Amino acid sequence: MQTQEMVIDNGVNVEALLGAREALTEAPAAAQFKWRATSEWAGGTHTRSKVENFFGLGEEQKHRQAFQYDTDHPEIFASRDIGATPVEVVLVGLAGCLTAGVAAVAQNRGIQLRSVKATIEAPMDIYGILGIDSDVRNGFENVKVYFEIDADASEQDIEALVAQSQKRSAVFDIISNPTDIDVVTRKS
Amino acid sequence: MSRKIARKAIGTVDVLIIGAGHSGLAMSRLLTERCIDHVILERGEVANSWKTERWDSLKLLTPNWQSRLPGFAYSGPDMDGYMRMSEVIDFIQDYADFTRAPVMSGTTVTSVQPLERGYRVMTNRGEWRTRALVIASGAFNRPLVPAVGDALPGDIKQLTLHDYRNPEHLAEGGVLVVGSSASGLQLAAEIHASGRPVTLAVGEHVRMPRVYRGKDIQYWMHVTGLLDECYDQVDDIKRARGVPSPQLIGSKERRTLDLNALSAEGVRLCGRLAGVRDGRIQFSGGLRNVCKLADLKMNRMLDTIDGWISATGSGECTEPARRYAPTRVDSTPRLGLDLSGGEISTVLWATGYRPDYSWLEVPVLDRKGRIRHDGGIADAPGMVVMGLPYLRRRKSSFIHGAEDDARDLSQHLARFLDLTTGNSLIRMAV
Repeated sequence: MQTQEMVIDNGVNVEALLGAREALTEAPAAAQFKWRATSEWAGGTHTRSKVENFFGLGEEQKHRQAFQYDTDHPEIFASRDIGATPVEVVLVGLAGCLTAGVAAVAQNRGIQLRSVKATIEAPMDIYGILGIDSDVRNGFENVKVYFEIDADASEQDIEALVAQSQKRSAVFDIISNPTDIDVVTRKS
Repeated sequence: MSRKIARKAIGTVDVLIIGAGHSGLAMSRLLTERCIDHVILERGEVANSWKTERWDSLKLLTPNWQSRLPGFAYSGPDMDGYMRMSEVIDFIQDYADFTRAPVMSGTTVTSVQPLERGYRVMTNRGEWRTRALVIASGAFNRPLVPAVGDALPGDIKQLTLHDYRNPEHLAEGGVLVVGSSASGLQLAAEIHASGRPVTLAVGEHVRMPRVYRGKDIQYWMHVTGLLDECYDQVDDIKRARGVPSPQLIGSKERRTLDLNALSAEGVRLCGRLAGVRDGRIQFSGGLRNVCKLADLKMNRMLDTIDGWISATGSGECTEPARRYAPTRVDSTPRLGLDLSGGEISTVLWATGYRPDYSWLEVPVLDRKGRIRHDGGIADAPGMVVMGLPYLRRRKSSFIHGAEDDARDLSQHLARFLDLTTGNSLIRMAV
């Protein structure tokens, strides 16, 4: 006779997240974060970007290590294809954000995940970026995300996980809502 | 007629109630039962907000059998109908007369300041001192207009729910209704029916059918105990207090007013209003998800109801369980709207309300200007608040929710008065 204790573990420390939420409710200043990236042109359409520091909880913070990203364009654009195109990196951000959200919400709702796979596709008419037709926007026409999730939960509960993850996703918000951008330039 | 108070301009009282709406009157009745001396200050007349700050066609979202206050209930012939505003006003006035509530009408509170014990309440008709205070001045004092309203071109007329009366007052041309709670949907339907094309900006919302399995949805929410769920039993009370009113309408046909019904009539659905830039309104691309969230949530509620019916073997239920079509969203929802094209002449903000506490000079407000309270017991001695969404129970902001809240809070006040009296006696004895 075996008895198995069901321990739900998606590797997300929900207690810590809920604790942070509680603590930050009383300390709005600590909740003011700044995310940063720096970049440098590496010739052609290749750019090397770095992410290392950010600001949060009232002070400067550092990632465990600096992360580097190469972006470039594919060979069919006569580029060297040293890295993903910047628009693909945006999709990478969306996938990472939504998936982290699914894991956190599942943990909070006591749902054990076995696999979470996402495929993202975003059509774009490059008449926009090429300046062929001014009625065509530069960015994505839309974004389609396909999630395939294996978990101990009903179809409806899984749908609710993904819906809640979108509701709380920063990247989902960044893509679906406008953001003011201020680009300041200086001659060095 | 309610008992008119002929007091001097300066009065001293144990409990002062601000606001003679259903909440303040319910509290008054229960204080009277406990023989607690009190007065109600009312800036206008009994049921003032219902008289002056509602649109013409509005009916209660709750059926008449639910219209009840302590010791008093709807007694007309149409138990399943919904009151028009004139009937609501009569109902509340009748209640004030029935309870002989000590209302001082035409008395606007201009400030409330803390004293060492109790409060000083300044009004346009003199000063009051009170040991305890009941804030029943309503949850809908100030229509909220998002900051983005400032960015709209000047030739677009902007209205709030306090300005709107009926479609005939609107300019010709298209109307953008912003908000997808009961009010946003009701007005979108009514304005569209007047021949003005309506675009509806849809954010998070609560969808439910008016009638389910042959009975008003409020009946099921009542019998399953959903309406009685307490504020200290829900997972996230802050979130629960911010949930918009359910998409319901009170009509003779008991019709369901949801986004599918509106789009079938030709109302155009867009995402949440996200910004205005270069004369263009921008809508969020999150429309599909807010609709999905609402559909899932509605189905969970219907599951609860079906579960309750099978568990109790409820014989009253004649109709089988059913589920409704998911909310239809265009394959390419609109993300922008050019205001220079003349498509929109009016923007109607149905974006919620905020109470007005500009007169409350007691350090009891949080950073968003809301009273800090625990189930209506404010974070200041002898101060309670009433009639706010999910104050103590899910039903707290409804007329029928006033009774249980007033019962709990009047008990709290009675204890507070006993205790402070005790203290003062001890102090005097020393």
